[in-house]
Amino acid sequence: MTTTLVSVTSGRLGRARSRALLTGILAAVVVALVATSLMVGQTFYGPGEVLRVVLGQHVPGASFAVGELRLPRTTLALVAGLALGLAGVTFQTMLHNPLASPDVIGISSGASAAAVVAIVVLRLPESLVSLVAIGAALLTALVIYLLAYRDGVVGTRLILIGIGISAMLDSVVSYVIVRAATWDLQTAMRWLTGSVNGAVWSTVAPLTLAVLVLAPVLLAQARPLRLMQHGDDAAAALGVPVERTRVIAILAAVGLVALATAAAGPIAFVAFLAGPIAARIVGPGTSLMVPAALVGAVLVLGADLVGQHAAGNRYPVGVVTGVLGAPYLVHLLIRTNRAGGSP
Amino acid sequence: MTAVLDSPPRGAARPRSVTASPRLAGLALAVAALGVLAVLSVTLGVRDVSLEDLLAALGGLDENVSQAAVHKRLPRTLLAMLVGAVLGLAGAVMQGVTRNPLADPGILGVTAGASLAVVVGIAFAGLSSPTGFIWVAIAGAAVSAVLVYVVGSLGRGGATPLKLALAGAATSAAFSSLISAILLPRIAVMDSFRFWQIGGVGGASLGRIGTVLPFLLVGTLLCLVVARGLNSLALGDDLAAGLGERVALTRAAAATGAVLLCGAATAVAGPIGFVGLVVPHACRLLVGSDHRWLLPLSMVVGAALLTAADLVGRLVARPSEVDVGIVTALVGAPVFIVVVRRMRGRTL
Repeated sequence: MTTTLVSVTSGRLGRARSRALLTGILAAVVVALVATSLMVGQTFYGPGEVLRVVLGQHVPGASFAVGELRLPRTTLALVAGLALGLAGVTFQTMLHNPLASPDVIGISSGASAAAVVAIVVLRLPESLVSLVAIGAALLTALVIYLLAYRDGVVGTRLILIGIGISAMLDSVVSYVIVRAATWDLQTAMRWLTGSVNGAVWSTVAPLTLAVLVLAPVLLAQARPLRLMQHGDDAAAALGVPVERTRVIAILAAVGLVALATAAAGPIAFVAFLAGPIAARIVGPGTSLMVPAALVGAVLVLGADLVGQHAAGNRYPVGVVTGVLGAPYLVHLLIRTNRAGGSP
Repeated sequence: MTAVLDSPPRGAARPRSVTASPRLAGLALAVAALGVLAVLSVTLGVRDVSLEDLLAALGGLDENVSQAAVHKRLPRTLLAMLVGAVLGLAGAVMQGVTRNPLADPGILGVTAGASLAVVVGIAFAGLSSPTGFIWVAIAGAAVSAVLVYVVGSLGRGGATPLKLALAGAATSAAFSSLISAILLPRIAVMDSFRFWQIGGVGGASLGRIGTVLPFLLVGTLLCLVVARGLNSLALGDDLAAGLGERVALTRAAAATGAVLLCGAATAVAGPIGFVGLVVPHACRLLVGSDHRWLLPLSMVVGAALLTAADLVGRLVARPSEVDVGIVTALVGAPVFIVVVRRMRGRTL
């Protein structure tokens, strides 16, 4: 490295280093929240006991409470948060619009409506439910895209059409829930607001697997997607396979949203908020995918802890993210409006 | 500014004799359709009623099951017509006041505000009288209308359709989370609330209609009085002021009327979306955008739409029912999408 470049590159390196540091801190927060969720509950178990349970040893008492109850629940919160955060920021990056997250434009509603019909009406087994949810979410995404298409897709039109579609699909969910033969509050809340209550490995496992497979796929698209923010032509000139990148990103992101929704319901605002919060934490510049996924996990894990222990009652995670997230959404709208942004 | 109505107000420009008769024909057609739907709504259901039984029951008889069914369906039909009429009117007025083709009590979060207020009233203030519901619901509707409008109109371009719709969606989401948070620990309240939350007219009684009627009348009157003012507002605030319109007063009166109507309608029938969106758009096709025609026609068509939605909901899932709020969402959302598609890119 020549001396003339040192001052420039050191500034850049400094920023990259601080971004790495901040991302590391986020990851540490996620680990801390996971540990807390595993330790805290009706009975407190120390880190040693929890670690032994996780490693597969038998600990009297803790094996059931931690291994059978808290571990699936915490895993679900963790992977659902990661999946929603990652998918949300992918959509926001791809459509150049902070409002274009899958929960705002109706893709989560599609997965949710399909899952609730599959479970409550058709009584399909869990494995099929995930597939149905993915299919419905892809179909919803396609329908919204086609409806928004008129001499190209304008972001604002896409968002408004998404709002209309999700209103329709949400009314399907309400109908199925209210008319369900067996009115079960737990199930109802899961599909109306999102909840990690009653998590079992049979629903958690497919989602975990999907995150392990799809997250690397999406992360591999981070660089091309970032180049595509300068326009398709510029990206193509730099050697980015534009169409292929877009199709892969959409398929992977929709798959993540659909599986997370099939397992935990439409957890309010996580996909929408993870990206903007991550941007404020690590600053603008390189891809937000990793920080946004971590923020998503922090949101779901944190909201579940708050819902379980902070209030007198046990609230499902979606109620907490809804109550906390909506004012932030309004704040975000006000800020974008003030700044004179396009939305 | 977003003058997004499809055509400029025609009433002022053209001589009335040319346009009045087709408009009158449209209005008459709508009234006739409403009449037919009302009769169908009373006769059709889980058990269909013959014409003799219908007439006998209307004459005061209550001797067999069919006649009893008529007595049960009459208040329901009446309520559907009333709620539909005021929601159609409120939607037309909101679209006029905000000059926004996507304005609707449901989309702008006004009904969600009314719902939240009712839940808070039941849970924390021990509210149980229907009159109390109405006041609380109107207050909630007013607060959320102001909130959404302020949030949606900050920044460049004022209250554009997208900003208002997003502010409304955000507010609705926040309010429904709060409703869940309040209801969850109170299973008893929740169980009575769970059907009301979707929006329906099934639990109608003449007593309940009587309680809400004064509010609906005052709101309707306020809205109809400002019809001419809304025509001026459509030209833009500056031009309207130049024409001698007191813009702020007109806007305040219209908004108050619409909020009264939404709050009262939500208090009695639960949150019903999309009627206020769909009806004015359909009516504009019939009579153009002169509010002196648009507002009355919106009432008639709104009443017909909600009666039809209730009827469809009762017939498709016999012997069960699909709540009217669900039917209107399924019918209304596609219309919303069509309207969005027709809007030009820059007016969004």
